[in-house]
Amino acid sequence: MALPRSFKRALWVFHVATGSCNGCDIEIVAALTPRYDVERFGIMLTGTPRHADVLLITGPVTKPMLPRLKRIYEQTPDPKAVVVVGGCGSTSGVFYESYNVVGPIDEVIPVDVYVPGCPSRPEAIIDGVVKAVAKLETLEKSRGGE
Amino acid sequence: MNNDSINLKVGQCAATTYTVPVGPVHPALKEPIRFSFDLDGERIVGVDIKPGFAHRGIEYMGMKRNLIQALYLSERICGICSISHPLAFTQAVENAAGIEVPPRAQYIRTIIGELERVHSHLLWAGVGAHELGFDTLLHLTWNVREKSMDLLEELTGNRVDYAIPIFSGVRRDVPAEKAHLAYEALDYYKSLLQQMIDAFLHDKSVEMRTRDVGALTYDQAIELCAVGPTARASGVKKDVRQDMPYLAYADMDIRAITPADFGTEPRGDVYDNIIVRLLEVQQSIGIIEYCLENLPSGELMSIPKVPALLAALKKASGEGIGRHEAPRGEVIHYVRLAEGVEELAVWKVKAPTYSNLMAWVPKFLGDEIADVPIIAASIDPCMCCMDRVHLADAAGNKTTRMKEELVRLSREKTRRICG
Ligand code: SF4
Repeated sequence: MALPRSFKRALWVFHVATGSCNGCDIEIVAALTPRYDVERFGIMLTGTPRHADVLLITGPVTKPMLPRLKRIYEQTPDPKAVVVVGGCGSTSGVFYESYNVVGPIDEVIPVDVYVPGCPSRPEAIIDGVVKAVAKLETLEKSRGGE
Repeated sequence: MNNDSINLKVGQCAATTYTVPVGPVHPALKEPIRFSFDLDGERIVGVDIKPGFAHRGIEYMGMKRNLIQALYLSERICGICSISHPLAFTQAVENAAGIEVPPRAQYIRTIIGELERVHSHLLWAGVGAHELGFDTLLHLTWNVREKSMDLLEELTGNRVDYAIPIFSGVRRDVPAEKAHLAYEALDYYKSLLQQMIDAFLHDKSVEMRTRDVGALTYDQAIELCAVGPTARASGVKKDVRQDMPYLAYADMDIRAITPADFGTEPRGDVYDNIIVRLLEVQQSIGIIEYCLENLPSGELMSIPKVPALLAALKKASGEGIGRHEAPRGEVIHYVRLAEGVEELAVWKVKAPTYSNLMAWVPKFLGDEIADVPIIAASIDPCMCCMDRVHLADAAGNKTTRMKEELVRLSREKTRRICG
């Protein structure tokens, strides 16, 4: 089997917590550490959205995080993919009917991949990022790039 | 640029303090919070803390749902302490409704609670190593941590958010045929503990970066009402499990761990925080072992049928308090039940980070800007637990000083103007 194009380069990921409970965030870190070790697929956490290909977003978007989330999305260069990790970011999950929650995330910025689970398992998070690769590839093709 | 403009003589440079904002989204922070540091050169001379970014209004949401739904919400206050909050919450409700918990259930709650402490302390140690730039140690620690996650998954079905406690008992048993898995994990940790202690506490670079950094004195810890490992690192012998034993802790002799147990004088610095947390992993292993060996037989829930349980809760009225020593310190839940309604009448949560927030101020003051990440991490903060709408005066001393300064400036101006 030929390697998919996505394996030809590294994918840089920026993680944003928008008021999550930490459950998913810790599972994201677990995915980075030796048991799951996503770095072997070239997936790497970066310190700024300006270097990121993929945004990994958790949390139901609290009011104070709303402008920040929008800004982080704008700071991420195109082509980009947005992956929402966890039920509360995808649908508000357990955090429905709150006065301080304005999510889910797809009401604020466009989302490409939803990873289910409360919290999502590390395997599911990896799967979500890999799915984002497909989206990035189509975007790049449509721009005529290699 | 004109050369004259930079032609300052030595000593002519005005003493300037710079303000450096950090957060709410910052690579050194895993969760949103904002710090604003006043710097004199590299030294921190002032700090202001602005929490509130992760506030989701959990108490409000919980008061609009029935108690069992609120229980699942209480797990999502924090995904790291995902049993500490339900443990305090169930105890508060049971306390208010006068519901008994069978002994076996109490032991099972204790086992899962202590397993959480093991994974949480290792998680913290790894994050701490990462903040120091020691990523090898982060990966080593998190790899070791996975064993406790495996055991938690084996016993509860989940890696995080275990859904074990329910009012009147627990939802799942720890069956005898799974005990060997637990013993195996405990042996694994026992065999690794010395290695962890060597890696963290006998390492020159870790020691240089953490000794006397972010110190909190005994008196400050008492004055600022610090809790958990943050207080114990300063030598304060405070631990809910020791002071007001509950669950299975009442059958054991639990002692609060301070750096003195490692044979050193408590200084309350980051190094002492590491000592306390590593020794607490050892303590937790002992507690789990005791619980497994002495696990009482009997039922899991005193009201096993959920409709009957809901009915009993609906009938109940009164106030209750539940306390638990979470990995980060004491967590308290207060509830009030009103007769005839399914929802909580009042729900108030006090998470450990809320108590430890003020300890940040003396910890930061006087240290260098480069130490910010590790000092911030030293109290093992959990914003999602404690973020609330009504902010206390988080700036502590600084605001007071600022007020005095303003008053002084204002008076001077009055004098000047009035000649
Ligand atoms: S999906 Fe669940 S576990 Fe994940 S951050 Fe949201 S509430 Fe927490």
